[in-house]
Order: sequence, then structure tokens, then C-alpha cells
Amino acid sequence: MVDILRNYDVIGAFWVTIQLSALSAVGALVLGTVVAVFRVSPVGVLRLLGSLYVNIVRNTPLTLLMVFSILGLTYILHLPFSESASRNAYWWAVVMLSVYHAAFVCEAVRSGVNTIPAGQAEAARSIGLTFGQSMREVLLPQAFRGAIAPLGSTLIALIKNTTVAAVILGTAESAGTLAEVTENEGASLPTFLLFALGFVILTLPLGIAITHYSRRLAVQR
Amino acid sequence: MSTESVLFDAPGPRARLRHNILTGVGLVLVALTAWVVYGRMKEANQLEGYLWSPYVTEADVWTAYILPGLWATIKAALVSMVLAGVYGLAFGMGRLSHLAWVRWASGAVVEFFRAVPVLLMMVFFFFGFFATASWLPSDYAPLAAVVVGLTLYNGSVIAELVRSGVHSLPKGQSEAGLSIGLSPGQTLRIVQLPQALRAMLPALIGQLVVVLKDTALGTVVLYPELLTQGGKTLGSAYANTVPAYLVVAVIYIVINYSLTKVAGYVEGRMKRRRRAVVGATTTTMPSAAGGTGAVASSSVAGNPVQTPAEPVE
Repeated sequence: MVDILRNYDVIGAFWVTIQLSALSAVGALVLGTVVAVFRVSPVGVLRLLGSLYVNIVRNTPLTLLMVFSILGLTYILHLPFSESASRNAYWWAVVMLSVYHAAFVCEAVRSGVNTIPAGQAEAARSIGLTFGQSMREVLLPQAFRGAIAPLGSTLIALIKNTTVAAVILGTAESAGTLAEVTENEGASLPTFLLFALGFVILTLPLGIAITHYSRRLAVQR
Repeated sequence: MSTESVLFDAPGPRARLRHNILTGVGLVLVALTAWVVYGRMKEANQLEGYLWSPYVTEADVWTAYILPGLWATIKAALVSMVLAGVYGLAFGMGRLSHLAWVRWASGAVVEFFRAVPVLLMMVFFFFGFFATASWLPSDYAPLAAVVVGLTLYNGSVIAELVRSGVHSLPKGQSEAGLSIGLSPGQTLRIVQLPQALRAMLPALIGQLVVVLKDTALGTVVLYPELLTQGGKTLGSAYANTVPAYLVVAVIYIVINYSLTKVAGYVEGRMKRRRRAVVGATTTTMPSAAGGTGAVASSSVAGNPVQTPAEPVE
């Protein structure tokens, strides 16, 4: 066990996992909120765009997005983020993780909007707020508080899905490192448990915190 | 707030103008995206006819690459889903057991496999066990790794669905079972599970979409599924990587979108049936055999079973 930690950069791989998670969580939250506003907006074209986005992205495997970002977008369509192959893969992984999970963030925010009683929207309209103003001032703040649980499970899914980036990042990432270690050193349950433990440490406290805050921050009605 | 229209008024003159402007902005956005994509594709010579024509002219594209890949994907998904159902039922019941240690052990197993990424499990079982196992023909090693990984994860998700489904049943159901002399185990099997499982059906179909998408991870353990066969292999055989991946994406989207629609249809149908049953029970409640079934379903209708509408990734 100590040998594995010494010979392979396990800590570094998990640090990449954390970086990917944090960057794409922000990206997915911003993009997903925009798509959610599109989906509930009074403008037909924007609603259509929003639902097209969700239905296309949600039904495509993340693995396909990852592979395509390198083999298709970088090599053939010449859209690299950086000259360095590893930097390029890193940023494409962040973009694809954001794009993919934005669809789930959108649905979570929409479910949050559905927890708001109709009176709130009616009150906002009756004092003359436009759609944009009532979204900003009245609806979204309550929607986020009502959507903590689904947003939290999306975040946990995102953290676990960063492993899919191994298909383009290779051993720089935890799943890639596990593949390398297992291939070189043979199967050992402790090695697997070490990597699994990493994810349990990342996701389990988060799950507990989410349950706690989804109750505490929910708007009391 | 279930109707979206409550979010905005019937537009007046100024709002209509604003909406028209936004419609224009939306259309410009679409046109701009389409133009950029077209420009990029054109510049990289990806719109040349010879890259796309094999899909129509060459039967091999379908018979040697896409269809075998699709079959491998569906095979892995179906086997995993069946095994995950068995595993999920077993551990879901374990989590509801009246024996504390069974509850605790099942809970630990389920929580562990829900927290570990599917890819880690696939990689470990493939490179660690199946690739080197002498008892398993090497052709089957990737399939075994994919199935084991998907089963452990999705089975754990299903176990949670079973548990939350049973928990959201009205308390009277288990009390009624116990009061007519059934043991706790019998009550669970005969009274609670059948109701919970029926309410779970839409969520289970949704989970099948997750399984289908996750079979694409099999590409890491060299499983020849749709993404590998129709994307990578086909793409290098015909030197048309970009069209190959786009076609594969369309296939995934069509299958998964249809499955989601089926789940929505089943859910709507079950809601309608419950309403119909509630209407019927008000007149025929105290009758014999037919009545018991109706009472059971009507109490489900009174307290709809809370299953997550969104499948868990």
C-alpha cells in the first residue's frame, strides 16, 4: 500500500478529480441555470432551445462527449484549448463535464421552480415585475433553496463522473491511475478500496451536508 | 406550482415587443451556432460526400460495425438491468429487514457501491480479475467487467428505490398485514413490495436509460459496444471519425429519448388507472376479492408513492 502511494501519483490524481469537480460544478451551475430560465420563459423559441439542449445532452453518453472532444473537435475540427495535449484534454474535460451536467442542473432548478406556490409568481406579476425581474427577485432565489437536494445529487454524480475523463486524461486522473496500478501490480483489493475510499471521502460528507441543508434552507411554508 | 404559464402574464403591447425581440435574439443565436458549426465542418472538409455516403452505399457499415455494436450495447444493458433488479430487490429487502444486523450490512453495501464511480469498478474487475482469469474465455472478460460494474451500481440505486417505495406506502398497509397474522417478512413480500414495485416501474425504465448510457464506459475495458464499434473502429476504417461519432450520438439519443417517453407514458397511465380505481372503490369498497385489490391500490392513490422522477446518474 505504501509502495503504491510512493510509486504512483495517487494524491495528484485525486487532486485532479477535485479540480475537475470544482471547475465543472461552477460551469454546469451557470449554464444549467441559463437553460432552466430558457425552459420556463415566455418566449417559444427559447423554450424550444432549452428543451432541445436538455434532450440531446441528457441522452448522449458522457464517454462519447469526452472521446469526441479529442478525436473530433481537437484533431479534425482543429479546436484545441492549448498546444499541450494534456492541458487541452484537461480543459475539454471541464467543458464536457459542464455541458453534460448542465442538463441535469436545468432539470433540478426547474423542479425547484415547481416547489414554489403559484401565489409567489402571481404576487410578483401583480406588483408589475416583468418575467426577468420576477425570476431574479422572487422565483430563482426560492427555486435554488427548494432544489438543494436534486442539485446536490447532481453534484455527487458530477464528482463520480469526473472518472470518465480518464478516457482522455489517462493516468493523470484517478480511474486512469487505478487502471495503471492494477495492470502493473495485479489485482489487489486494498488498492481498489484505497481508490474507492477516496470517492467515499469526497461524496459521503457532501451527501450528509446536502440532506441537512435541503431541510434547513427549504423555504418554510 | 405545476403550470408554467403562471410565471408570466398574457403579454401586453410592450411585453409582446420584448418577446419578439427575444425571439429574434434566439433565432440569431441558432443561426450563428449553425453557421459556426457549418463553417468549421466545411473548413475541415467534414462535409465531403464520401465521408457520409458509406452509410447509404456500404452495407458493411451497418452489418459489420454499427449493428453488432448496438447489439453488444443492448446485451450488456439488458443483462445488467436484470441482475441489478435481482440485486436491488435483495438488498432493498435487506434494508427493510426487522433484523438490525441485516439492515446495517445491506445499508453499508448499498451506500458503498453508490459512492464508488462505475468506471472504477469496471477497471478494477477487468484488469484485476476477468482479464487474467483462466476460467473465463478472454472474449467474455470485457462483458463480464461491464456487467459487474453496472450491476453493482444500478442494483444499489434500485435497492434505494425499493426502500423509499415501501417507506412511502401508508402505514396502514403493514399494520393490516401484521394484524391478520402475517410475519413481518410476509407482510413485506405479500403486501408492501407488490405495491411499491408497481409504483417504481417508471423510475426503473428511467434507470435503464442510465444503464444504456453507461455501457459506453465499456470502451475503456475494450468491450466492443456501440461507441467503440460505430465510432472508433468505423471511423478509422472509413476515415470518417466525425460523421461516425455524430451518427452514433444520434442512435443513442433516439433510443434513450424513446425510453424516456415510454417511462412518461407508463407513469401517466398508472396515474389515470389509480384515479379510475379511486372512483370505483367509493361504490364497491366492501366487496370480496376484487374489492381488496381495489382498496390496496386506492390507498396508494391517496398517498402517491414518492419515487424520484429523475433517474439517478
